[in-house]
Amino acid sequence: MSAPAELERFDRVERYAHWTTASLFGICMLTGAALYAGPVSTLVGQRELVRMLHVSAGLALPVPLLVGVVGRWGRKLRGDLRRLGRFDDEDRRWLHKRSRPAAQLGKFNPGQKLNAAFLGSAIVVMIASGIVLKWFSLFALDTRTGATFVHDWVALGIWLSVGGHILIALRDPVALGAMLRGRVPSRWARMERPRWFEAETGEPAGRRRDPAVAPTPPS
Amino acid sequence: MDQGSQETAVGRRVFLGLAAFAATGFVFGSQIQGWLERNVGPLLVKDPTGLLALLPIGRFRIYSVTASLPSRSRADYRLHVRGLVDRDVVLTYDEITAMPKTRLVRDFQCVTGWRVPQVPWAGVRLADVLDRAGVKPEARAVRFVSFDGAYTESLTLSQARRKDVLVAYELEDAPLTDEHGGPVRMYVAPMYGYKSCKWLDTIELTETVEPGYWEHRGYDVDGWVGHSNHRDDERTG
Repeated sequence: MSAPAELERFDRVERYAHWTTASLFGICMLTGAALYAGPVSTLVGQRELVRMLHVSAGLALPVPLLVGVVGRWGRKLRGDLRRLGRFDDEDRRWLHKRSRPAAQLGKFNPGQKLNAAFLGSAIVVMIASGIVLKWFSLFALDTRTGATFVHDWVALGIWLSVGGHILIALRDPVALGAMLRGRVPSRWARMERPRWFEAETGEPAGRRRDPAVAPTPPS
Repeated sequence: MDQGSQETAVGRRVFLGLAAFAATGFVFGSQIQGWLERNVGPLLVKDPTGLLALLPIGRFRIYSVTASLPSRSRADYRLHVRGLVDRDVVLTYDEITAMPKTRLVRDFQCVTGWRVPQVPWAGVRLADVLDRAGVKPEARAVRFVSFDGAYTESLTLSQARRKDVLVAYELEDAPLTDEHGGPVRMYVAPMYGYKSCKWLDTIELTETVEPGYWEHRGYDVDGWVGHSNHRDDERTG
């Protein structure tokens, strides 16, 4: 049996979940900047409207993922979330520069896993702290200042995480294409995600696994 | 394959780590932020690139309630004093700056939690401006109107006569910029930032305190720092 030219990497549900979540993150980040940074506030003004947009998009953040994960159509997304949540020996090997070329990655690399874990967790933390900021009169004095502190610093983390995610995606058009069209060339999967390739096609990826035997990166 | 591979629940760990940070921040964020502003804030000022100023430490956040940033030149600026006064007064920017000047250095505290340490403000005492117009005996309160067309604020007459309540035209020893409410704004040192009306256009003497823009939206009318809005910040005046 020979591998097809292309493999399905993300199904329609996953792509919709990704891009709607990404859009909501984008709205939250841009309106957040307008509420927070002096020069941007100056340009935008309209504080009441911006705040309303920010709160609405923020509360909606988990909806695409929650809708995408349930039922029969969420099967693939559930599987990928399981994959994203776990590091195995190959991921640990990838994290060390010396052994990275020999790491036999599954569907995701450790950077993707950490990014997903951080941004997913950040949704929960930002909504929790955001609720305190929005409905402040319900909460104790210091909780409000504490929530501002959490909201500000985690927002900074989100900007770094999303910024890095976008930059790296732009440098890997195949990976980006997978989230746009859903498919990747089998060749790419064989080289970049060998264990996922093997699981999808039943064929050996044909890469050696021992870093002592294969110290040079594949071309 | 990979039967021997050790799996780590990294996703769970990241979540628990961030949740622990958030819980710590909810409880101790006030103290941590205060420590950062005292110890790290002064260093950020020296950063020549200005990029570090984006960090959420010891910085003003600019709030405006209208679509565009209000702007008026110092030459065109006029301050109107009217209402329950002996005579309506219109002051130009130069007439205001020619009056006796008061300089105050105080922390600036916002009701949303941020605090900028030791900010120098300068201007004339509101009491002096009121005396120019002559306050009628039945006046009990002062209302401020911004030339942004939307913002209003109020003080009782006795609050307005405090020595640390200024009609301000300098911030950090420089003329007030548009974004900070220039050319002339209120500065009510002992109260939260929303009490200090930016882009000041009119001072009106009234019989009663009329709740201002944010006060219609839930903030306390008497906005003392540390004694209102369910907050206990260190006082600023």
